[in-house]
Order: sequence, then structure tokens, then C-alpha cells
Amino acid sequence: MKALLIRDLRLGLRAGGGFGLGLAFFLIVVVLVPFGVGPEAAVLTRIAPGILWVAALLAALLSLDRIFALDFEDGSLALLATSPLPLEAAAVVKALAHWITTGLPLTLAAPGLGFLLNLAPDAYFYLLASLALGTPALSIIGTFGAALTVGLRRGGLLLSLLVLPLYIPTLIFGAEAVRRGADGLATATPMVMLAGITAGAFALLPFASAAALRVNLR
Amino acid sequence: MSIWEYANPKKFMATTAPVLPWLFALAALAMGVGLVWGFFLTPDDFRQGSTVKIIYLHVPSALMAINAWFMMLVASLIWLVRRHHVSALAARAAAPVGMVMTLIALFTGAVWGQPMWGTWWAWDPRLTSFLILLLFYLGYIALWEAIEDPDTAADLTSVLCIVGSVFAVLSRYAVNFWNQGLHQGASLSLDKEENVADVFYIPLLVCIAAFVLLFIALVIQRTHTEIRLRRIRALEGRAQHAGRVEA
Repeated sequence: MKALLIRDLRLGLRAGGGFGLGLAFFLIVVVLVPFGVGPEAAVLTRIAPGILWVAALLAALLSLDRIFALDFEDGSLALLATSPLPLEAAAVVKALAHWITTGLPLTLAAPGLGFLLNLAPDAYFYLLASLALGTPALSIIGTFGAALTVGLRRGGLLLSLLVLPLYIPTLIFGAEAVRRGADGLATATPMVMLAGITAGAFALLPFASAAALRVNLR
Repeated sequence: MSIWEYANPKKFMATTAPVLPWLFALAALAMGVGLVWGFFLTPDDFRQGSTVKIIYLHVPSALMAINAWFMMLVASLIWLVRRHHVSALAARAAAPVGMVMTLIALFTGAVWGQPMWGTWWAWDPRLTSFLILLLFYLGYIALWEAIEDPDTAADLTSVLCIVGSVFAVLSRYAVNFWNQGLHQGASLSLDKEENVADVFYIPLLVCIAAFVLLFIALVIQRTHTEIRLRRIRALEGRAQHAGRVEA
């Protein structure tokens, strides 16, 4: 498992610049928003939590199709399936590698982008915490979507159509936590729900991902 | 004699074919009776005027939109467990019908909401979860269309249907948390106090029966089409194969 994780991390960091791309996309989306809605500070403060969450979600979506596609093409996914490591565990490791290369950098970069959107000072902690709790769920749900569409030649667009509705609960609780944090309200409920979604997704979705991979490898 | 005998496509076709016209006729009859009764023979509501009558389309279609997904879930599970092709094809056949039901519910809701709430659309939990349901239908249908091999497609869409059901329920509760609603409570429940008044209730039941019948008839009809399509493909494949052997 460790070997697979390290291999995936190396590939993610070195091959083809997929690593920086998500971050750059995150930056660009956040920069585009003030051009769209106007530079008024009060308006930006109001919409900042939602924009940051939506942008992080889209940036995470960008690299999903790379989770399995390359391994599927060169046959290493079939090798993984026949190895002693259960496919469910491989799906978890793949999601973890995806999170370390996209979710974690996005989480760390988000406060910096918060300045650009004039985020309320109280909200920075909650932004970091909610993204740290929520982005693993985005990775594991996305891994399921990637497993469903890995056999398709142009699966990228379909992948977004399948995965984005599944992201809705995570987005709602994540953005709500930041919004409540910004207003100085209690954030325990959305935070707990967010953690629950992440834990539940990690517990159940690998089985669905592995089932989809087995069908695609048949 | 077990119910699984009808999983044989030939037997399924033979059994349902004679019933199908009757189902359509019954659905049309119930629809006609329910709508005419509902539209012309019930009084206008004291506050809502005649707009209240859109309930005869809105409630049954919303009901069927959810139950269609539920039926797809059951059919998907049957396919995954027992590998009956008719079951997978029935799930595929139900999806567009369910999607149209969702659209009808959203559309009639908007038409009613404009004069009543003063807006076509509001980010109300019920409205929002129906919009999400529509997205799930779209994704499910798109996945069926995208995969060429029929068995792979059936397997993957079944998995998607199961995961999607969990997330649909989750979204339902998430949007409840996220915003308070304009939408009224249940129109139909076992708790008599909450229900709509009796004058509206009986034609509403007739309309719901009509929508259920229409849904069953459409799904069977579409399943027939899918089975025939599958047969044609098999015949074409066989003809091609024979041609290659001769050459």
C-alpha cells in the first residue's frame, strides 16, 4: 500500500504538471470572480466563502480523470487488480494520493486567496478547517466517478456530470461552516456533518469504486 | 411457478404484450376522468383561486419522479444479484420517463409559484432537491448512452444508481439544513389533518392512479423496445459473423 502511495505521489508530482495545474486553476477562478461581480469589498466578503469552496471543488475535479486513466492505458491497473492488495484498498490509496496532490495544496493555498476576496478575518480558521475536513471526501467521491468512466475514451465531461451532483452535500456543509465562521455563529453542526460525510464516503465508496473497476477491467 | 420466470425476455414479452393496450387505455381513461373532474367539477379554492388545480398534475408527477428512481434502484439491485437482462433494461427504460416526470413537476411548480409566491423559482429545499434529482437522472442516462458494451453499461449504471440513491437522500437533508422553505408540507399523508380537503382529494387520487398506470405502461413499452433493439443487434452480429465465415 505504501509503495503504491509513494509511486502515485511521484507520478502525480512529476508527470505532466498535473500538480500545479489544479492550483493555478483555483487561483484563476478566484481572480475571475471580482471581474464578474465588481470590486466592491462588502459584496466580495459576503460571497467569498462560497466562491472559495466552489473554486476548490472545480479545481479538484480537474485532475480526477488522471487517477486511473494512465494506469488503465498501460495495463498497470490490471496488474493491481491481480496483486494481493484488494482493489478496494487500491482505490483508497489512489484517493489519498489524489488528495495529497490536489486537496492538501488547495487547502493550504485557500487562505492566501481569501485575501483577494476580502474574506472576513474570523473565517480563515474555518476555511482551513472545513477544506481540510471536506476535500478528502471530494477525492474519494471523485475516485468513484473516475472508476466508473475509466473505460471511456472521452470520459472527462461525463465524469463532471456524474461527480458534481455527488459533491452537493459536501459543498453545502463546507461553505456553510465558513459562512457561519465569518458571521461568528456556532460552526459545530456543519463541521460535524462534513466530517461525517468524509468518514462515511471513505468507509463505503471504495467498495463501489472497486466494483466499477472490476467491471471495466473485465 | 415463480416470479423469476418473467425474467425470460420471451416470456416477459408474451405476457405483457396483450396487457399493454389495456394499460394504456386505462391510464388514458383515468387521466381523462381525473383531469376533467379536477379541472371543471371542483370548486375554486378560497384563497388560491383556480391555480390550485395544477395540483392534479404537480403532485402525481412529483410522486412518480421519486418512485421511478426507486423502481430503477430495485431493478438495478435485481440485475446485480440475479443478472436478469429484462431487469437492467427496465431500469434503463424507466430513466427518461422519470426524468420527464421530474421536469413536469418542476415546470408545473414554477407555473403555480409565479402567481402564488410571486416567483418562478426559489431556492427552497424541495425545489432544490428536485433539481438535484434531475441532475442524477441526466448523469444516469448519459452513462448508459456513453458505454457501448451493454453488460458493462448495465453494471456501471446499477452501481451509479445505488450510490446516487444514497447521495440523493443525503442531498435532501443537506438542502433542508441549508435553507428554509416556501413549499408547503405534505399534500397526502396518513395523518388526515394535514391532507387537502376531500373535494380535491378524490380526483387527486384518480390522477395519481392515472400517472402510476401511465408510468407502468410506458416502462413496459420502452422495455419492449429495448429488448427488440437488443435482438436486432444480436441478429446483425450473427449475420456479420456468417458473412465472414463464408468469405
